[in-house]
Amino acid sequence: MFNGLVLGALLALISSGLTIIYGTLGVLNLAHGAMFMVGGYAGFLTYQATGSFVLAVAGGALFVLVLGIVIERVIIRHFYSRPSEDQLLVTFGLSMVFVEVIRLIFSSLTRSVPPPSWGVGVTSLGFMLYPTYRLIVVGIVAVALLILYLVLYRTKLGMIVRAGIEDSVMVDSLGIDVYKVFMVVFGIGAMAAGFAGIVNAPVVSLTPDMGDAILVETFVVVVIGGVGSFPGAILGGLISGQILSLTSMVNPGYSYVMLFAVMTLVLMLRPRGLLGSRSRD
Amino acid sequence: MTAVAEQKVGGRRRRVPLTEALTALGLIVAPFVLPYLGFAPNTVNQILVWGLFGIGFDILFGYTGLLSFGQSAFYGVGGFVAAYLLTKNLIHSVPLALLLGTAAAIVVGALVGVIALRRTGIYFAMITVAIAEMFFFLENSPLSAWTGGENGIPGVPTPKFEIGGWSLSVGTGWSMYWFLAAIYFIGIVLALRIVRSPVGAIFTAIRDNPGRVAALGHSVGLYKLASFVIAAAYAGLAGGLLGVLQGFMPPDAFTFDTSGQLVMQTAIGGTGTLFGPLVGAVVWLFLNDFLQSVLGLGGAWKLVLGVVFVLLVCFLRRGLVGGMVDLYHLWFRRHDAEAEAPEEPERAVPAAPMPAHHRVAEAQAGRPILKATGITKRYGGLLANSDIDFTVKSGELRGIIGPNGAGKTTFFKMLTCEVHPTSGKIEFAGRDITGMSVTDVCQLGLTKSYQVNQLFSRLTVRKNLQIAALADLRGKFRLDLFRNPRRIAGLTDQIEHTLELVNLVHRADTPVSQLAYGEKRRLEIGLALATSPSLLLLDEPLAGMSPQERVETVKLLKSIRQGRTMIVIDHDMDALFELAERVTVLQEGRVLTEGTPDEIKADPAVREAYLGGVLE
Repeated sequence: MFNGLVLGALLALISSGLTIIYGTLGVLNLAHGAMFMVGGYAGFLTYQATGSFVLAVAGGALFVLVLGIVIERVIIRHFYSRPSEDQLLVTFGLSMVFVEVIRLIFSSLTRSVPPPSWGVGVTSLGFMLYPTYRLIVVGIVAVALLILYLVLYRTKLGMIVRAGIEDSVMVDSLGIDVYKVFMVVFGIGAMAAGFAGIVNAPVVSLTPDMGDAILVETFVVVVIGGVGSFPGAILGGLISGQILSLTSMVNPGYSYVMLFAVMTLVLMLRPRGLLGSRSRD
Repeated sequence: MTAVAEQKVGGRRRRVPLTEALTALGLIVAPFVLPYLGFAPNTVNQILVWGLFGIGFDILFGYTGLLSFGQSAFYGVGGFVAAYLLTKNLIHSVPLALLLGTAAAIVVGALVGVIALRRTGIYFAMITVAIAEMFFFLENSPLSAWTGGENGIPGVPTPKFEIGGWSLSVGTGWSMYWFLAAIYFIGIVLALRIVRSPVGAIFTAIRDNPGRVAALGHSVGLYKLASFVIAAAYAGLAGGLLGVLQGFMPPDAFTFDTSGQLVMQTAIGGTGTLFGPLVGAVVWLFLNDFLQSVLGLGGAWKLVLGVVFVLLVCFLRRGLVGGMVDLYHLWFRRHDAEAEAPEEPERAVPAAPMPAHHRVAEAQAGRPILKATGITKRYGGLLANSDIDFTVKSGELRGIIGPNGAGKTTFFKMLTCEVHPTSGKIEFAGRDITGMSVTDVCQLGLTKSYQVNQLFSRLTVRKNLQIAALADLRGKFRLDLFRNPRRIAGLTDQIEHTLELVNLVHRADTPVSQLAYGEKRRLEIGLALATSPSLLLLDEPLAGMSPQERVETVKLLKSIRQGRTMIVIDHDMDALFELAERVTVLQEGRVLTEGTPDEIKADPAVREAYLGGVLE
């Protein structure tokens, strides 16, 4: 149950990054898993340099934010007017490039970031003992999601982003520079994944391939929740986390099978996802 | 092998068997040439397996436009089923096991296709990824008793053939090459037949504009599923061959990396060429060998490949083979262009009228062919059409006018069943069509030409009309995968006839993207005509035309009306009053009035509401 909450919270954060990028830009970023992975490694480097976990989280997140903005400016921007298949191909290629660059620098060996001193040990929840850091992860991710929510729903930028999800042509014709908005959104979306990557680093050790598995899970989350929907990503993430951990308690081999079975069921009953909207189709 | 592939793809339609002959030649020559280029036999064999795997994927992605990142599921299913049957001694014949593996992949492909094809584009890609991943996990644990889990299935035998007491056993290396090359050859010959068949033509049309394919009367869903299953079949066969080639069925056949490698190889080689995946596999495996061992890059080779791939997608979107085909055409056209200045020929005799649809029982002139009662369309709070009663008699030419926003286009969309009315009933030729699909309605003989051109822009004019005529001649779904379209009785006539009617004979082999606007407008009408409708709806056929083109088009409309009923929306009053026998005026989603052109011109309410006294 708690494992599911931790996993679900992380999935919700990563997926909301994927979904706001898709919702606003109309681009499905297949390099999103790689952003998660790069965030973890960038945080790892910061940690080695400074020894501070807080700085590591900041470093990992900021690095991926900058990386996201650079990718958008240099490559993604030229793909808005091209078919969605080309967008998938190019982000897929980028994902491979990032994975291989990291592999080149760090080799395939696993790396780990220890949890901060204030997160070591276990906490008694009354009915069970639970690793403290995992509880902290839930807290951190909840705060991050809250900030993302405030940015999306309480700021001018967020208003533009949400309007862009509804109708980006209209936003453009209102005299708002959508490209600048797109760039920022791509950066923030990538940062959400990178942030999750470094926060998760003390729980699971880092490998260059870790992004692939996460990417597939976020797809399921987004399909269940509804593509382009921020609340959908959170709901989908929490549901998926529970499915994975509850099935794992019975038989780990079936956890993914169950996850995909639920996705199929949602597709059959609600093709747009639980909280999907009609605007982008 | 690359050199051969280019010529093959560049080969024109007339020299059709050339492609097959060159492929055979290339496959025969390869083992004598490639060793000098540093290719080990095992590498060449792997290239063939990837090439075969890619043929199906190219039909799915390159031809039908469906990008799946989940082909590993079918590759793995075919491979593991074949390997299991062979290693458990359930079946001794390798070819039979391969066929059974392929059959299993077909079944799985059909099931997965039904789920994944519920959505398109990005959703489709995501769902295929997720489903393929599920297969990997299934193989890895719940089914590990059969699949060997992480160990795969070792000991897959190589094929042995006994023909009349003479036995031949296939070993490894070049011996295996001949076995694989023979299968690849069969695979490519079948694929060439498929892409040249009516089904193949419809695949390419779906890639360009699925909505119009459906509106022309083809079942897009079933054709997409067919394409998906074909891709699964090739994947299953290739997966089986992988086990036979390696003597071992590896579990990584099921991984996302396998699907990814296939997608990348196809994109590198070139989509929509059938040979692209083979070329991509050559590049991939050659770079693998070359960068790793010769340049000593070690693990970094994949990084180089990734960078090359990103650059290719950015700058050469049709891949290597596509780029070469483009170069070839560029060279070819330069010689051609001067000779062929497209000039519109004067038409001495107007073309004969086109026979109307034969499937609807010939409605007697004067009897109502279309009857709409009380149809209403509500979009949220907006009432687009409200309580419209509308009847058109067989053989009539009806005009519809109304100011912008009167709901004319919505009304047309409801008549062709593109959108369904909130309430009300529509009858066509005595049949209740309310709630039917646009495809079925077109099959009944009711279709529309669009206000905004809905053409297949990457196909030629002739191919465009072919898609429309095929729907009329073949029904909404038929799996004649290996039929030559020229063998379909009446198809060529129907296309030629429509070309004459819309005066595009001289442009028949020009891609639509190169047509002038007026020509595209005429083709738009031609597409609807080529389905031989008995009731034809025309949504602003004259929109955006020059006065000269308008005169021509009005002539065209007059010439096609014989034997069919037509309803025309247009803003060109003069043309419409000249054409139509009766005119219906819509205003604010309701029928304002209806009558002969003279009555409408004289009606004070119409003048008040719409004409504003402009008309003298």
